[in-house]
Amino acid sequence: MGVSNARHEWRRVWAVARKDLLIERRAKAAFNAMAFFAGLVLLTFGFALGPDVPAGESRQGTLLQELAPGLLWVTILFAGVLAVDRSFQLELERGGFDALRLYPGDRKALYVGKLIANVTIMLVMEILICPLAGVLYSLDLWPRLPGLAGVAILTTTGFAAMGTFYAALTANLRARQLLPVILAAVKATDLVMHGDPMGQLGSWVKLLAAADVLFLTTCLLVFEYVLEE
Amino acid sequence: MSSSSPSAAVEAAGLAKRYGRAWALRGIDLSIRPGEAVALLGPNGSGKSTLLRILATATRPTHGEVRVFGFPIRTDGDAVRRRVGLLSDRPPLYDELTALENLAFAAAMYGLPVRDDGLRAALATVGLPRVADARVRTFSQGMAQRLALARATLQSPDLVLLDEPYNALDVEGLRLVDQLLARVRAAGKTAILATHHIAKGLAQCDRVIALSGGRVTFDGPTARFAASPAADEAGAWA
Repeated sequence: MGVSNARHEWRRVWAVARKDLLIERRAKAAFNAMAFFAGLVLLTFGFALGPDVPAGESRQGTLLQELAPGLLWVTILFAGVLAVDRSFQLELERGGFDALRLYPGDRKALYVGKLIANVTIMLVMEILICPLAGVLYSLDLWPRLPGLAGVAILTTTGFAAMGTFYAALTANLRARQLLPVILAAVKATDLVMHGDPMGQLGSWVKLLAAADVLFLTTCLLVFEYVLEE
Repeated sequence: MSSSSPSAAVEAAGLAKRYGRAWALRGIDLSIRPGEAVALLGPNGSGKSTLLRILATATRPTHGEVRVFGFPIRTDGDAVRRRVGLLSDRPPLYDELTALENLAFAAAMYGLPVRDDGLRAALATVGLPRVADARVRTFSQGMAQRLALARATLQSPDLVLLDEPYNALDVEGLRLVDQLLARVRAAGKTAILATHHIAKGLAQCDRVIALSGGRVTFDGPTARFAASPAADEAGAWA
């Protein structure tokens, strides 16, 4: 691919991402659904588990603080399903999916553009959800912000890479394929929040990064065929 | 496979398309010369839209070979897409974007320069210069159809495929479609117009291809269509 061609493809990537983000900023269809769902789940867990129930013997703090990494990621990733589904739903509403397929050029640009939009939307949601979880579950997140941000970016990228791909393929829930990412995200967040005496954090972060590379590469390679009938 | 100087804008041999158990097209053989304007006539479900979608590479044929300007659609779809503009029966517009933003997105995707004045000029050709900055969700169906028309012809395609372009248009809109077709023909481009408006199709095109049940029932000059059995059948569904 020549420099001019690559520049052209990146222009298309940006056009798709900008279009999706502009529509989301105006309609807020995915964001409202995600925010409502995430808030509801965080509150429900908070009430169900209780704010003062102590954690197990090996841990300090409350049960909510103990379970917070898992609860947070369950909330974020299930809310993220709404975002990635919405990204192709808006194309189907007025025949735009056909139109996207009929533009000349590399169809990977469509995938990458939608991926960038989905990652952005999810990260914005996470920026709002994490402080809410901090308040509801009495978590002191501020000192751990750099570590949490790193885990969040890696996890969100991996999730959105697979989610965007499967949203193009089918509207079905895609939880099983994302299980390794969810497990690694929960474990890494747990280690960031509760300390890492055994030095395990690096392994989980490597797993997340490897999943990102694997998912992104696979999806880029097969996305063109997904768009075919 | 490349195309040096194709003698046909569209060539199809043994073309067939099946959706599940139902055949939308069967045994279609046709050749359309560059510069021809063809009216594709037929009742609902006759295969008009399917044929246009195949030519635009939106769907793959079940059987048969199709070439557009010499490029086989199965193996050289990207080369075909660079030369074809499709106005489908469902205008692919984004409700939350303005008319100008919809065109700017299409221009970027086609690799065209996204210049505000150029896009506004394109909107003026379809009679929408004053609503350039209004969101499409505020548009009537006719206005959306006009915008879709501007979008479909933005990249000056060599082959213009129009699927029921007269739908939902007022008198002024109908005139705009006629003007667009006249411009396409004057520029020596090829046009295929699928429509229920038999009179419009006959007036705007020099050749008619009539479809019924996925098969070609008439293929010839417009002047001869009126005397054909296909015209009698058309009288029943028109």
